[in-house]
Amino acid sequence: MSVRLVDVRKEFPDPEKSGGIMVAVKDMNLEIREGEFITLLGPSGCGKTTTLRMIAGFEIPSTGQIWINDEMVNDQPPNKRDTTMVFQSYAIFPHMSVEQNVGFGLELKGRPKSEINTEVAKVMEVMGITELGKRRPDQLSGGQQQRVALARAIVNKPRVLLFDEPLSNLDAKLRETMRVEIRRIQQSFGITSVYVTHDQDEAMTVSDRIVVMEKGLVMQVGSPFEIYSRPSCKFVADFIGKVNLFPVKTLSVGEDARAQDRRGVEVSAGSADPALKPGDDALLMVRPESLVLSKAGSVDQKNSVEWGSGRVIKSVYLGSVIEYELDAGYDKPLMAISYDPVNGEFFKDGDEVSFSFSQRAAHMLPLR
Amino acid sequence: MTPTNLTRTIGQFRRVARDPLLLFVSVLTLASLLLFVVYPIASVVLQSLKPGDTYSLAAYAETLKSAYLRRAFYNSLMMSALTALVGTFLGFLFAFAVVRAKVPLGKFFNGIAIIPIVSPPFIGALAIIMLFGNNGLITWNLLKIQNFPIYGFNGLFLAQVVTFFPVAYMTLKGVLESMNPVLEDAALNLGGSRIKVFLKVTLPLAMPGIASSILLLFVETLADFGNPLILAGSKFPILSVQAYLQIVGMYDLPKGAAISVFLLAPSLIAFFLQRRIVGRKKYTTVTGKPQTSTGKIVSPGARTFLFIACLLVSLLIAVIYFSILLGALAKVWGYDHSLTLEHFKFVFGVGFKAVRDTLMIAGIATPIAGVFGMIIAFLVVRTKVPGKKLIGAMSILSFAVPGTVIGIGYILAFNHRPLALTGTLAILLLNFVFRYIPVGIESGTAILQQIDPSIEEAAVDLGADARRTFSKITLPMIVPAFFSGLVFAFVRAMTAVSAAIFLVSSRWNLMTVHIMSQVESGNLGAAAAYSVILVVIVALAIGLIRLLLKARYGRFGGAMLHF
Ligand SMILES: Nc1ncnc2c1ncn2[C@@H]1O[C@H](COP(=O)(O)OP(=O)(O)O)[C@@H](O)[C@H]1O
Ligand SMILES: [Mg+2]
Repeated sequence: MSVRLVDVRKEFPDPEKSGGIMVAVKDMNLEIREGEFITLLGPSGCGKTTTLRMIAGFEIPSTGQIWINDEMVNDQPPNKRDTTMVFQSYAIFPHMSVEQNVGFGLELKGRPKSEINTEVAKVMEVMGITELGKRRPDQLSGGQQQRVALARAIVNKPRVLLFDEPLSNLDAKLRETMRVEIRRIQQSFGITSVYVTHDQDEAMTVSDRIVVMEKGLVMQVGSPFEIYSRPSCKFVADFIGKVNLFPVKTLSVGEDARAQDRRGVEVSAGSADPALKPGDDALLMVRPESLVLSKAGSVDQKNSVEWGSGRVIKSVYLGSVIEYELDAGYDKPLMAISYDPVNGEFFKDGDEVSFSFSQRAAHMLPLR
Repeated sequence: MTPTNLTRTIGQFRRVARDPLLLFVSVLTLASLLLFVVYPIASVVLQSLKPGDTYSLAAYAETLKSAYLRRAFYNSLMMSALTALVGTFLGFLFAFAVVRAKVPLGKFFNGIAIIPIVSPPFIGALAIIMLFGNNGLITWNLLKIQNFPIYGFNGLFLAQVVTFFPVAYMTLKGVLESMNPVLEDAALNLGGSRIKVFLKVTLPLAMPGIASSILLLFVETLADFGNPLILAGSKFPILSVQAYLQIVGMYDLPKGAAISVFLLAPSLIAFFLQRRIVGRKKYTTVTGKPQTSTGKIVSPGARTFLFIACLLVSLLIAVIYFSILLGALAKVWGYDHSLTLEHFKFVFGVGFKAVRDTLMIAGIATPIAGVFGMIIAFLVVRTKVPGKKLIGAMSILSFAVPGTVIGIGYILAFNHRPLALTGTLAILLLNFVFRYIPVGIESGTAILQQIDPSIEEAAVDLGADARRTFSKITLPMIVPAFFSGLVFAFVRAMTAVSAAIFLVSSRWNLMTVHIMSQVESGNLGAAAAYSVILVVIVALAIGLIRLLLKARYGRFGGAMLHF
């Protein structure tokens, strides 16, 4: 089912200043489509949880409206809304067994015992926790608790499933397994889902679309591809992975996006942000993995632009990749990643190198 | 109110209105607190301002004009301050000895310190009279002194320190236990001498707890009624007793009310100061393993000193309780100490109705107070009901107000239609319920603050309304705390006297009030027998609930009962 946020704003009393207010979410507009998996991504304190809690009904918007399908739900308390949340702390009821936890929602709806039992068994099977039914919550590992929390949510077949950093209490390995699992479950049930995380990798893996937020504002909404390779501003570019940004002046936009760098050299870009107009100051973005290094003066010209040269100031060998930092006369060192270190070329600190990138890999975004 | 504030408030009301039970409960709570807590206290203030048909300050002027009552005011404040200081000192000594110095017999000292908390607050006074009074075992029988000056400052001070230092002990024990001893070890490691580390690390860290304990003891001593009634005597007037005498002896309601206001004001000030100190402390959930002290900070000499000090205080307490038992079994205290069961026969015969009444009233009132307290704790900590702050403040008020003031308030407020309740069982029950609600609130709030709120949110999210969230999720999680709060409230109800003494009647009377009147008529044997039975009942109740909790919740449940 679709969820719509219209000019939603949330203010809290400022804890530092009595009588003052602080705005946690600023006039947010968002349409979440039926069956979609959407992720709210941003640094801590940017208003993700608050947004999620407004959709769940735990917080009331100060202004604006929240619609679920064609119903304005601002005044509906959480127990009347067909949304179910998976909490960061799992919030397993400590005095109930796993089965009782999972069946709690159905029990509240007054379903007959036999039906509850079948439904619970079915979901526990899907989640792979069938053998845990009689256990008490304090006898479960973190990953098992996570599965119980998820089972307890989906057994109700809610119209909207909400996740608040559900994996943040798990270790790295388990996190990777669980995010794949969550995506699989969501797709097999086709439940519209809103997922909150501050981890960009997690967001990229699970989402149909990502909403990047900062300081209560929506910075960009788009597919993982768009967010990563077509960021609309410096914040998004920076937040999602590492990035090289070159100051340029816009020459043309659209299909044939071109710019001129500070040396007067012209370059084409694969894309340009729609907000740019010819003549605007802009940033040309190239991700580190698109920056190709070669021995000074020996650039392969095919499909690539020779962009400049510099000196390696740091190289970190990570096994599958090598990360380099170059001093090329910009404010910040440039970053490059070189894959397949066994077959590729090796550079040492102090080596002089040329760098280049394919035009398709470059994206122009506004300076702000 | 800004427009967004207004819409928020309206939104809150609209949502609460969608959960009719929540709305009903909060309105009912607010109304009953107004009627049974605020209204009686307001009645006292109003009465003091209206000695005749018009409002005036005449009652205050008269009170202040009397040198005797001025002295009572001074005595009360001085006595409370001294008891607070000495009691806190002793409490700290005990707590430090048990928690940090780990003296031998720590468990025993802990048990001894708890006895006065779970027994009637005037047992100290009764025992002191039996030991040092005109027919006292020590003064008269052993030393042959007649008219030893035990009435007045000396006796009262001793009784109140013995009665209230355990409160300081419990408070400071918690403070010292929650203090990380590694800090002290670290300071020692840095080369501080033991005494320096104690003065510069331990004491400053414990300071908020010490201040809070001093204020708490001040409030409790000021409100104390039983000890001064027995021991103060006419030469050493005390406010709470004077208020009682004005009303019960002279039928001077305005003056009694004015004296009450003089009692009320310092109590409220000290109480709210104490709340502020406690409120600044951050609540943290219980995590990780408790830190155990290595006790390196205490030198062997200091440990010996602490041990002897604890032993002496314990000895005093043991003597007090033993003398009560002896008194209950002695034929005529001071003259004929041959053993007899006469006094117990009296209590189980003529006096048994008071035992039954007390049990019934405490037995009915405390569960109601407990449930009510838990509901209020839930409303205040977990819901967004408008007015919840007011509910919290009003319900805690009956903790801060001396029982004497509440008792006078009840007879003033409920002696006319439509609520003509004086002399009924209802007035006693209502008084007890509303007096012990804060106990439920305290334990409920403490445990709720340790429970992740998202557990309850998860229940709401799955479709539970406020009633089902409370009954299916919150209540089962807080049941152990609920019962330990309940035991505490039951103990307080069984041993209460200051408010109840105004509300008893020939039809409904209480053991505590009987004890007071037996003391007054010089019948120490019967008073002692009543006291022994009272202590036994309380001990049985504590043991029973502890057993039940242990059986139901394992070691965890037993541990929830701190005494
Ligand atoms: N109940 C509240 N009262 C006051 N401020 C709050 C409350 N909840 C959240 N905030 C504030 O709103 C901002 C956004 O919080 P949150 O939505 O939790 O951020 P995120 O989940 O993105 O880390 C933060 O600055 C936070 O301190
Ligand atoms: Mg958050």
